[in-house]
Amino acid sequence: MAPHTEQLTRPAVRLRGLTRSFDGRTVLDGVDLDIPAGQFVALLGHSGSGKSTLLRAVAGLDHEVAGSGELTAPERVSVVFQDSRLLPWRRVLDNVLLGLDGKQAERQGREALAEVGLAGRERAWPNELSGGEAQRAALARSLVREPELLLADEPFGALDALTRIRMHTLLRELWERHRPSVLLVTHDVDEAIVLADRVLVLDHGRIGLDLTIDRPHPRSYRDPRLGEYRERLLAALGVTEDHQ
Amino acid sequence: MTTTTLGTAAPVAVAAPTPRRRRRGLAPGKRLPAARLAGPLLLLVLWAAASAAGRLDPGAIPAPWTVLGTGARLWTDGTLPTDVLTSLERAAYGFAIGLTAGVVLALASGLSRTGEALIDGTVQLNRAIPVLGLIPLFILWLGIGETFKIAIIAIVVYIPIYLNTHAALSGIDHRFVELAEVQGLSRLQFVRQIVIPGALPGFFVGLRLGVTGSWLGLVVLEQINATSGLGYMMFQAQNYGQSDVILVGLLIYGVFGLVSDSAVRLIERRVLSWRRTLSN
Ligand SMILES: Nc1ncnc2c1ncn2[C@@H]1O[C@H](COP(=O)(O)OP(=O)(O)OP(=O)(O)O)[C@@H](O)[C@H]1O
Ligand SMILES: [Mg+2]
Repeated sequence: MAPHTEQLTRPAVRLRGLTRSFDGRTVLDGVDLDIPAGQFVALLGHSGSGKSTLLRAVAGLDHEVAGSGELTAPERVSVVFQDSRLLPWRRVLDNVLLGLDGKQAERQGREALAEVGLAGRERAWPNELSGGEAQRAALARSLVREPELLLADEPFGALDALTRIRMHTLLRELWERHRPSVLLVTHDVDEAIVLADRVLVLDHGRIGLDLTIDRPHPRSYRDPRLGEYRERLLAALGVTEDHQ
Repeated sequence: MTTTTLGTAAPVAVAAPTPRRRRRGLAPGKRLPAARLAGPLLLLVLWAAASAAGRLDPGAIPAPWTVLGTGARLWTDGTLPTDVLTSLERAAYGFAIGLTAGVVLALASGLSRTGEALIDGTVQLNRAIPVLGLIPLFILWLGIGETFKIAIIAIVVYIPIYLNTHAALSGIDHRFVELAEVQGLSRLQFVRQIVIPGALPGFFVGLRLGVTGSWLGLVVLEQINATSGLGYMMFQAQNYGQSDVILVGLLIYGVFGLVSDSAVRLIERRVLSWRRTLSN
């Protein structure tokens, strides 16, 4: 069970010259990136800049996409999608346990549901859950495998503002307890600043800005000292203050 | 209805802060109790009334009680039970074979590209030929006995089951395929836990069409080429001008159809219980 010590010292994710293109149009143009084990990273970028493409490459979901480069990712990877992607014909607990079996797994599934605040809803059908609850169930499903790397593609994009803030707190708590490496794709600069320890901006197929956010958690949206980070990120995204 | 007539009527009513009325729902509202039976019952009453008033030619449309009496007579003298049993047996065998063939072929062509290449085109071709047009050929091949009847019914049944199940199997949501990959499902787990449950609604559509098809095939076959069974009984009655016997036959066909359709619906509701929350 214990990972090789050699692996512990190596970064969890390592990309070298990662290239991906669709029909001859280059979307990722030689991305170099190291994510140390246990780091919480957010990835920003314009719509169409290739964030999802990068995430899908790391998840190993891009079978038919042309590209080259070197990619190392851990064994246990979980993905949270923008939609909760619960199977409507399985009850919530069975959704969480998708791909696992045994009594042990069931106990862990119940625990994971309790962790995301869905204790007691194990036997509910997915279409009986609210959007936020469904997304929490999806989080439980990704956590129950104790992933070394958690990939999330705009996981809160479809939620209302209040639910989002609750989910931010929850995600950060879960991260503190389980300590996976996280790569969170988002288009929301504030979300990135509040949650992540490091924010990347994808620009023209490369990492255009790599910013370490050195502020203690929990962070508040209104923390004035985050303003400086926000400005730098917005500048890297080509948004000037007066557009806000 | 809710237009406020500003000029003429009491302004008090307009000024008073009336409680907000609920919007009128657009759904048709709650079902009336036993609503399904209301139409047929009304028809029965009209029929009985017209017969009693002597407004119907008893040779063409006998009274309901005459039909019931004939049914009872045929049942007690033993001919009706035999005919019913013969018909049921044909339909059941044909249906069982058609169901099995439809499901097996759909799985084979829905789950493997080789299977699809071999099977799908062939079935589509089979579908293009009206099944009842195959009757002469099948009689030549299989003789005029039970085998040929069962074969025709099986063909009528398997086509809708195949088509709907295959469409459902191959139309599996791509997002769920991705999910299965991410969760590390094996191919077998993927098929058993995602593809098949996802295809069940489509399968049930095919199943209901297949059930209807089996009765339809049965009626046609028994009235053309049979020496026993309900259809044969009705065909004979036509020769002797016994419209009451024909009505008994139709009634029994109707009961068969209704009971089998309700049975399928019941199973569907059980199996697809996760959909209930949406449909009501
Ligand atoms: N399967 C595909 N086939 C063809 N082009 C694609 C495909 N997937 C992505 N692309 C293209 O690649 C580019 C990057 O897409 P991607 O989905 O990675 O962007 P994104 O940064 O995630 O955008 P968003 O913020 O809107 O989700 C886009 O121009 C898109 O049109
Ligand atoms: Mg995207």
